Amino acid sequence: MAKKQRITLIGSLCKGCGYCIEFCPNKVFEKSEEMNEKGVTLPRVRDPDKCTLCGLCTRLCPDFALTMTEEDDG
Amino acid sequence: MTQQMDHLLSEYLRMDRLPHIWCAGCGLGIILHSYVEALKETGLDLDKVVTVSGIGCAGRASGYVNTDAFHTTHGRALPFATGISVSRPDLKTAVISGDGDLFAIGGNHLIHAARRNVDMLVICSNNFNYGMTGAQFGPTTPPRTRTPTSPYGSVENPFNLVALVASAGATMVSRWTVFHVYQLRNAIKKGLTRKGFSFIEVISPCTTGFGRLNRQSPLDMMRQLRDNSRVRKVHPTEALIDPFGEIILGDFVEVERPTYNEALAALKGEADE
Amino acid sequence: MAREVLTGNHFVNGDWACAEGAVSAGCRFYAAYPITPATEIAERLAQRFPSLGGKFVQFEDEIGAMASVLGASFSGLKAMTATSGPGISLMLENLGLAVMTEAPCVVVNVMRGGPSTGQPTGGAQGDVMQCRWGMHGDVEIIALAPSSVQEMYDLTVEAFNLSEAFRVPVFLLSDANIGHMYEKLVIPEVDELRIVDRKKPMVPPKDYRPYEADESMVPPMASFGDGYRFYSTGLTHNEMGYPDTSAEAQDRLVRRLSDKIRRNADRITRVDRMMVDDCDVLVVAYGITARSAATAVKQAREQGLKAGLLRLVTLWPFPDKVLEELAGRVKGVVVAEMNYGQLVREVERAVRPVPVRFLPKLGENPHSPAEILEAVRRMAP
Repeated sequence: MAKKQRITLIGSLCKGCGYCIEFCPNKVFEKSEEMNEKGVTLPRVRDPDKCTLCGLCTRLCPDFALTMTEEDDG
Repeated sequence: MTQQMDHLLSEYLRMDRLPHIWCAGCGLGIILHSYVEALKETGLDLDKVVTVSGIGCAGRASGYVNTDAFHTTHGRALPFATGISVSRPDLKTAVISGDGDLFAIGGNHLIHAARRNVDMLVICSNNFNYGMTGAQFGPTTPPRTRTPTSPYGSVENPFNLVALVASAGATMVSRWTVFHVYQLRNAIKKGLTRKGFSFIEVISPCTTGFGRLNRQSPLDMMRQLRDNSRVRKVHPTEALIDPFGEIILGDFVEVERPTYNEALAALKGEADE
Repeated sequence: MAREVLTGNHFVNGDWACAEGAVSAGCRFYAAYPITPATEIAERLAQRFPSLGGKFVQFEDEIGAMASVLGASFSGLKAMTATSGPGISLMLENLGLAVMTEAPCVVVNVMRGGPSTGQPTGGAQGDVMQCRWGMHGDVEIIALAPSSVQEMYDLTVEAFNLSEAFRVPVFLLSDANIGHMYEKLVIPEVDELRIVDRKKPMVPPKDYRPYEADESMVPPMASFGDGYRFYSTGLTHNEMGYPDTSAEAQDRLVRRLSDKIRRNADRITRVDRMMVDDCDVLVVAYGITARSAATAVKQAREQGLKAGLLRLVTLWPFPDKVLEELAGRVKGVVVAEMNYGQLVREVERAVRPVPVRFLPKLGENPHSPAEILEAVRRMAP
């Protein structure tokens, strides 16, 4: 059974530092058009299939805004 | 702001206190994340961990961790933590503080705690300035950089923190950066689970202070940590650091020596009258 | 097997008595830096603690010693340090932290001549204002002044009891004379000792609000490792202990920290009255000065002068009400202290408009009874 990587962003915690976008080895993230309440432009997952669950984004995010789970696809 | 959010690290963080106060891109959030993930991976009982911090941006870290925690006066996290470590050898004492708090005002306590090999983990966030008060220079600020109290360039020589702590007698000494999240987490795990004075210097960007005043964007600073670091197994005195050039990283020291608590326990007082 | 309470008669000096008072009270953490004339307290506890399971740490300086006392206190231990004036100066910042985070602890100041390095081996009473006002911000503390070797023991036990009851640093203000003089000390049976321990939380961890107090104004105190996972900071904070530097939080917290002492002053203050019921001239003194004053008052009475002595045992909170009440019945007050005018200001304030004659003493030796008697004579109607 295929696994789906799911990256969850808690928008209210994001401060827009851009580390996830810059440092993801597979360039999974991009800037979105969405802003949170504080006016921060949020990132979004551009290509979930390219995520390898390396977890770097969740650890480089200084704000605990990203978490990662692995789910069964189907 | 109260958070009703679900988070994989909810048990380890005071979720009711997030978002934290640190600036966008500040490395302290990364250090905090490494710390709580390390706590999680070691499986330590959170009721038996005490997180102590000093004054400064790094000093706010203890306020976000879901353990017993204490925010002391400036420079005095280490003697406070020594009081805990000695009184309660059954608890794990960890200190998270900054380069100024630990090495300027707190420098004397640092060398003595290391000398005694007090059982505690010390995580030092080194961002090359006094961030909280507005980016003034500190004991690790590189020469010729601008800060509000060195507007014509700093004329002071910085410490090599790992060399200082190692020569004072620490039994574990490492330096990583906030970019090296896996090595950092492993070093923290080791520090949490071993006995003795364990010290980890973490190079961290101060995005709105030192970085901005020296014309570095947050991404510039993180890229430098990624690109200019070299992991070397050298003596700490050779682990030189140039934030605009090469940064030597590694686990430099790991030795076993009787800890302060072991030495105290071995004292046989006379059954005195 | 080491005995904790050394019941029986001893011939010892004040410092030794203080150390044993701490042991009897249950103190099991002591941190200090050597300083004349308090060093003997450290030396006695360095000797005693290992066989009692107590922890003795000689720190690199007094700042570290005081910080570690707080760490030990929050770890659940009764903790003490002893020093002299210069050491208190260094400890003041962490004493403020103790007040702010409500850490029970005992701080002994065996006073010597000041200011600065001063007279290391000379007794003085020059630090009585320092412990009250030396910390920045608005604080209230408790200070006790022993007059004898016996009181060095008794009041150390009492100091721990008060610090536990009110979660506040309690000072024991001794001096080089009492610290180093030898007198008989009687240590009671264990079951004759009254020991007070801090109130612990009665609620489960999830309901614990570390800095929320009932009408006692003293919050129950969890210890590190009890499972409460509480946070304390020197920043102004709310009832959860979280930083809250709003105007409301500052007002609420500062008032409670002071009011828990002020409103309980009647329970805390202790004085010793000698022949005050019908006196014309009231002598007010504390510590070793009170010994000379007692002799002077007795001699005055023998000479037909109606003198009386109010010996202050608690210096802070200052026993305003006692003095106000006595002021209504006396013609004059003599204050003798081994300094150039400190507690006399409090006396003047409390007894106004009754005239006060101040007898300073500088230079290590206590007043002689004759000096105090002469002042009483001049004050007598």
